[in-house]
Amino acid sequence: MTDASPFNQLLPVGSKGKLSGGWWGILALIVTEGSLFGYLLFAYFYLAAQTEQQWPPEGLPVLLMPAVNTAILLASSACVWISEHCIRRRQIYWSIAAMILAIALGICFVMIQLTEWDRKTYDMTSSLYGSLYFTITGFHLCHVIIGLVVLLLLLIWMALGYFDDRRYAAVTIGGVYWHFVDVVWLFVFTTLYIFPYL
Amino acid sequence: MAISDMTHNPPDDRLNRVPDFGRAPMGSGTEAHLAHIWESLPGWRGWFSTVDHKTIGLRYIVTAFIFLLMGGIEALIMRIQLAGSNHALLTPEQYSQLFTMHGVTMIFLYALPILSGFSNYLWPLLLGSRDMAFPRLNALSYWIFLFAGIFMYASFPLGQAPNAGWFNYVPFSGPIYNTGPNIDVFALGMVLLGISTTVGSVNFVVTLFRMRAPGMTINRVPILVWGTLTASVANLLAIPAVSLAFFLLWLDRQIGTHFFDVANGGKPLLWQHLFWIFGHPWVYAIVLPAMGIVSDALPTFCRRPLVGYAAMALATIATMLVGFEVWIHHMFATGLPTVALSIFGAASMVISIPSSVAVFAWIATIWLGKPVFKTPFLFFAGFVMLFVIGGLSGVMTAAVSLDWQLNETYFIVAHLHYVLIGINVFPVVGGIYYWFPKFTGRMMDEKMGKWSFWVMFIGFNIGFFPMHVAGLLGMPRRIYTYSSRMGWDTVNMIISIGSFIFAVGILIFLVNVALSLKRGARVGANPWDAATLEWSVSSPPPAYNFAAIPIIASRHPLWEDRLDEDTGRSSLTEGYLLTQGRETIGTSPIDAKPVTILKMPEDSSTPFFVGLFVSLMFVGLLLHWWNFAGIMAAAGCIALIIWMWPQKALAQRVPSAAHSHGEAHD
Ligand code: HEM
Repeated sequence: MTDASPFNQLLPVGSKGKLSGGWWGILALIVTEGSLFGYLLFAYFYLAAQTEQQWPPEGLPVLLMPAVNTAILLASSACVWISEHCIRRRQIYWSIAAMILAIALGICFVMIQLTEWDRKTYDMTSSLYGSLYFTITGFHLCHVIIGLVVLLLLLIWMALGYFDDRRYAAVTIGGVYWHFVDVVWLFVFTTLYIFPYL
Repeated sequence: MAISDMTHNPPDDRLNRVPDFGRAPMGSGTEAHLAHIWESLPGWRGWFSTVDHKTIGLRYIVTAFIFLLMGGIEALIMRIQLAGSNHALLTPEQYSQLFTMHGVTMIFLYALPILSGFSNYLWPLLLGSRDMAFPRLNALSYWIFLFAGIFMYASFPLGQAPNAGWFNYVPFSGPIYNTGPNIDVFALGMVLLGISTTVGSVNFVVTLFRMRAPGMTINRVPILVWGTLTASVANLLAIPAVSLAFFLLWLDRQIGTHFFDVANGGKPLLWQHLFWIFGHPWVYAIVLPAMGIVSDALPTFCRRPLVGYAAMALATIATMLVGFEVWIHHMFATGLPTVALSIFGAASMVISIPSSVAVFAWIATIWLGKPVFKTPFLFFAGFVMLFVIGGLSGVMTAAVSLDWQLNETYFIVAHLHYVLIGINVFPVVGGIYYWFPKFTGRMMDEKMGKWSFWVMFIGFNIGFFPMHVAGLLGMPRRIYTYSSRMGWDTVNMIISIGSFIFAVGILIFLVNVALSLKRGARVGANPWDAATLEWSVSSPPPAYNFAAIPIIASRHPLWEDRLDEDTGRSSLTEGYLLTQGRETIGTSPIDAKPVTILKMPEDSSTPFFVGLFVSLMFVGLLLHWWNFAGIMAAAGCIALIIWMWPQKALAQRVPSAAHSHGEAHD
C-alpha cells in the first residue's frame, strides 16, 4: 500500500456495544421472531374474519387486568433501559438495582398472565378461539420467560463485575431483546383485547 | 465500591489498539503463529468442536449430497414402478411415501443445505475474512441440520414415513385422515430444520455486513454473495411462516386444537397461505445462490468479467422481492376471487423480467468472452439452457387459465425438475468441479468430467422433457400406476430410461470425485487463473485463510493488472496481521472501512451439545415423553448459557485490572 495512513487508526477490540457481532445478530433474530408473531396474528385475523362463532366465547374481554399488566411490562422495559444507561454513566449499583426491579416487574407480568389463563372457562382444545388465544399468549409468555432468564443472567454478570462503561455489549443485546418482547406484547394486546371492541 | 468509584480508565491495549500492518509470507514466524492459533485440535475432540467454516462447509456439502443420492434412489424406484402400466412393485401407500420423501429430501435436505455448504466454505474466502461472523452458530446450524435430516428419516424404515406430499396439505395431513406418526415426524422435523436454517441465515446476513475485507465496498462483492444474502434475508422473513404452520398442525394433531379443523371453524386454506408465503421465496432461495455460483465462475472460463454486474445484483434482489408477492400462484385452483388471481398471475409474469436480465448477462458474457470448454464451463452453459426451458414452462403456468389446465399434471413435474435440476443440480456439480482444487488441492479428471456432463445432460433431457408431453396427454402427478389404455406407456418408458441415464451421469461424477481425491494432479493457488479472492490463498487454504487481511480495490482483485481499469490495485500480501488470538477485522456495512477488531471464539463443543439436546427435545415431543423433553430443553438452556458466558478473551467483559501487555497506546 502506498498510503497506509488510513490503516493505522486506533480500533476497539472485541465486543464493544453496537460494534459487536452480537448486536447485529440480535437484530436479525428480532426480524425473524417479529415475523413469527406477524404470522401468528395473521392466522388470528384470517380465522377471525371468517368465523361464525361467538368471538371471544365469553363476550367482550375485561380490560382492567390486562391493561395493568401491559403497564407493568412497559415499566419493566423502562427499568432495563435505565439499567443500561447507568452502566454507561458508571453507576453500577443503580444499574443493578434497576435490573432487579425490571426482573421483579417481569415476574409480576407472568404471574398475572397465569391468573388470567386460570380465569378462562375454556382451554386450548374447547374452541377455535381458545386455540388461538392460548397459542398466541403462550408463545408470548415463553418469550417473556426466556427474556427473564436473560435478564437474570445479566444481573448475575453485573454483580460479578463483568461490565463497566467500556464493555457492556451483553446488556445492550439482552436489553433490546426485552424491549422487543414488550413491543410484541403491545401487538398481542391490541389484537386480543382491543380488536374485539372494534 | 471498587467498581463504581472508578473515575477514569487508563488506556488499555486489550480494549483498543492499532492493528499491526504488514506481511506474513508462508513460513515466516507470524504465519506459523497464526496457524497455531487457528488450527483445530487433531483427533475426535477437534472433530466435534471445530468451528472452522471450511470444515463446516464441506460437511454441509457432503451431507447434502448424500441426501441427494437418497432422494435420487427413491426417484429411481418410482420410475421403475411407472416405467410401464399396471406395475405392482409398490403399493399406493409406499408410492405416496416415496414421492413425499423424495420431495422433502430434495427440497429441504439437499437443495438449500448444499448451497449453504458452498457459501459457508466460500464466503470468508471471497470476502477476505478469517471466518464467518458467528463460527459457533455455524457449527450449531450444521449439527441441527444433520439431526433434523436423521429425524425426518426416522420413521422411514418402519414404513411410516411422511406421505402427504412435500407441501403436506390439510385436511389430508390432519388427525382424521392421517393417524400414524408419519406427519408428526415431518412436522416436528421441519420445525427443527427451521432452527438450523434460521441461525444459518442470521450468520450470513451479519457476515456480509460486518466481515468484508477493507475496501470491499458493497458494489465489489461477488454475485454468489448477493445470491446467498438475498436468500438468507428471505429465509429470515419466510421460515417462521412454515415453522408456525407445521407447529400448529402438530398441535392440531396431538393436542387437539382447531386451527385447520373444518368441523370447528378452522380453515384448511390457512395452511396453504402459510405454506406458500414461505414456499415461494424458498424456491428462489434454492436457486439464487446457485445462479450466483454461475455468475462468479462462468467469467473465469470466458476470460472476462461478468457482463452487467450491477444489473445482475439488482435482478437477484428484484427476483426475491417479487417472489414474496406470488405465493398465491400455487393456489390458482383453490377458488380465490378472480381479481386476486389476475394480480398474482401478473406478478408471476413480472418475475420473468429479472430472470431474463440474468440470462442475457450470462449469454453476453459467453458471447463477448473467449470461452474455454472445460468441464465446469459445460455445466454452466448447460445450466443457462435449462434455465431458459424451465423459465418458459414457468411463464406458461403463470397464466391462470393455462394453469387450471396443467395444475396437478406431469407438466408441473417437468417444470419443477427443469427448474430444480437445471438451476440447482447443474450449477452445484459444476461448482464442485470448479472449486474441487480449492477444497482438496487436487484437480478433477477432465475427461471423465466431460463424460459426466454429457451423460447427465442428455439423460436429463431424455428423462424430463417428455414429462411435458405426459402432462399434456393428461397424466396426473402422484399416481402410483396407470392403465395401458391411457396411451401413456411409451412416454413413461422414455422418461424412466432417461432418469437412469441421468443417474449414471451422477455416478460417473462420483467416481471422478473418489479417484481425483487420491490421484488428481496437485495444484497451486490459482489453477483456473480466476479473478476472485479465494484463489489468492493456497489450495486447500490454511486454517486462518489470510495471513494478512487484504485491502481490496476492485471486483477482480486477481485480474487487476490485466484489465487495467483505473481502480487502483488491491493489496493482497500486505494487510492487517492481527495475531493476538483469533482475530479478524470488522468493517462498516456499505463502504467497508475498518471499524473494529473482532475477537473470534475458540473451538467449542457446546454447539454440538446444544444441537443434540434440542434435537432430543423434539424426539421427546414426538414420543410424548413430556418429562424427557423438559429435561432436554433445560439441558439445552444450560449448554447455551455456558456458550454465552461473557469471556475476557473475547473482550466481552472488562479485563482484570492487572495489565499484562506492557505499555498501552495513547
Ligand atoms: C434422478 C433424478 C430425479 C428423478 C428421476 C426424479 C423423479 C421424480 C418423480 C418420478 C417424481 C414423482 C412424480 C409424481 O408421481 O408426482 C418426482 C417428484 C418430485 N421431485 Fe424429483 N426426480 C429427480 C431429482 C429431483 C431433484 C434433484 C429435485 C430437487 C432438487 C427433485 C424434486 C422433486 C419434487 C419437489 C417432487 C414433488 C414431490 C411431491 O409431489 O410432493 N427431484 N421426481
